[in-house]
Amino acid sequence: MSTVSEPVNLSLPGGVDTGLTPKQLADKYGLTVSGARPGLFAYTKQLWGRRHFIMAFATARLVAQYTTAKMGQVWQVVTPLLNCAVFYLVFGVMLKNRDIPEYIPWLCTGVFIFQFSQSAIQSGTGAISYNLGLIRALHFPRACVPIAFTVIQLQQLLISMVVLIAILLGFQIPVGPTWLLVIPALLFQSLFNTGLALIMARIGAKTSDVSQLMPFILRTWMYVSGVMYSIAGSVHTWNPVAQFIMRVNPASVYMELIRHSLMPQIYDKHKYAKYQVLPPHIWALAIGWGVVMFVIGYVFFWKAEEEYGRG
Amino acid sequence: MADTITDLTETEAQAQAEAFRAGRDERAIAAAKETRTPTVVVDDVHIVYKVHGASAGKGSATSALSRLISRKRSPAITEVHAVRGVSFTAYKGEAIGLIGSNGSGKSTLLSAIAGLLPTEKGGIYTNGQPSLLGVNAALMDDLTGERNVVLGCLAMGMSPAQVKERYQGIVDFSGINEKGEFINLPMRTYSSGMAARLRFSIAAAKTHDVLLIDEALSTGDQAFQRRSEARIRELRKEAGTVFLVSHNNNAIRDTCERTIWIETGKLIMDGPTDEVVGMYERGERP
Repeated sequence: MSTVSEPVNLSLPGGVDTGLTPKQLADKYGLTVSGARPGLFAYTKQLWGRRHFIMAFATARLVAQYTTAKMGQVWQVVTPLLNCAVFYLVFGVMLKNRDIPEYIPWLCTGVFIFQFSQSAIQSGTGAISYNLGLIRALHFPRACVPIAFTVIQLQQLLISMVVLIAILLGFQIPVGPTWLLVIPALLFQSLFNTGLALIMARIGAKTSDVSQLMPFILRTWMYVSGVMYSIAGSVHTWNPVAQFIMRVNPASVYMELIRHSLMPQIYDKHKYAKYQVLPPHIWALAIGWGVVMFVIGYVFFWKAEEEYGRG
Repeated sequence: MADTITDLTETEAQAQAEAFRAGRDERAIAAAKETRTPTVVVDDVHIVYKVHGASAGKGSATSALSRLISRKRSPAITEVHAVRGVSFTAYKGEAIGLIGSNGSGKSTLLSAIAGLLPTEKGGIYTNGQPSLLGVNAALMDDLTGERNVVLGCLAMGMSPAQVKERYQGIVDFSGINEKGEFINLPMRTYSSGMAARLRFSIAAAKTHDVLLIDEALSTGDQAFQRRSEARIRELRKEAGTVFLVSHNNNAIRDTCERTIWIETGKLIMDGPTDEVVGMYERGERP
């Protein structure tokens, strides 16, 4: 407690407030507990007010990402292409998985779409811990950071999509009206990724061990999602529960949806003997996963808002 | 705002600081008798740090595994009782210096006021969200100074138009470009003094209800210190409260009319600056 021996204590309230306890004084002037978490609606409003920050932060990070590499932003195009080449070599040439019609465009679509979710999760996990300086220095809604990181992944995906269109045209896949369906599909996948990134950001901020585990979890997820083989062609002999789990897997839902939008002809049983089958209710699943994951992730992240940057 | 300060000559700034110091203690004592609006209420606050991995020899994989299995808490957690029952109230328009030896709990207290540390016991109540400006609060090292200014302002809630309008003022205030076009270089190439100056300039571009400054000014050169002291006085006129932690007693004398002295987490003295800093320098205790 104060051991001030002066006749006048600068800390004690004067005038009409003389004699109030600190708590009474705080209540009278409507002071709030420092660092308290705002309500969900107030938080959303603050976040909306920072939309320019989110966009500027994402753009600045994306540009900075390649500044130390000599070839600079060329890597944005080269990296996804190298990925496709490796998968084609292993699964297309060595394992002869080429009975899927239009295997190379089919594989590239899967790789790019899975990469979108995978990198959103990876960057979300480190979003808080890699930006502690910024978080401790300035006050803003923390959800800005994981959301900005998802925007970065979306910007990178758009570059990959340009590459993908070039590949599709190179393999003489006809341009059709169904290509427009890619836009809503990617929109819901972005919602899904944002939700997942928010969840991983909160977990990653508290438990740094998660970043050691993530590569294994993501690799497993990739192998069960049917990036380089057809799920429908592999699981038809499994028991119904396992089939159901494989079908509702969000990564395969979005991959299948975008493959179908870009190349509807390979699902045509009159054209190909080894035609692909689109799982039932796929749009409902895509919308459901996107909306539900976003809401859960957003609330889950907000629940710990006051704790980011502590410790 | 920032432009007016850069135009001040050294002598004018000196005169301003002296006018501020004359008869200050008397004014502060007289003001304390009036009704004032509180901005920060610190009510019997205790802060306990939990430090991970402090004790030796318990980091091996087998011991970590056996801890996981037996569900015991890690023995490597050491508790540090950094602040022990501090109470004070800060009012609108005050600039308060915090003094005390290294490790006395000043910075911990500021972090808690900023809401970055939870209190173990007691409460901290503030008007709006206090902003903490620390010396190691790095922004984005791999981005240019220019990007940092724009992003920092947007993060504080300014609109792109406001940022555009204030950008030049912030750069001029920081004095980063005095020796060449440093603003276009990544912040990792800056000296620690330059980085601290830029960070302060960004934070000071906005009016804060409560601004907490932790040693952030000590790295700047003389001319910059004069400018920032003038800016702190301006912030107070705009009805803000400023807390300043510094080991430079002259900086406290030039900026603050009230000073709080903390030692081993306890409040030793809280009163007019010249009186408190005088006692502190003479090594006396009240």
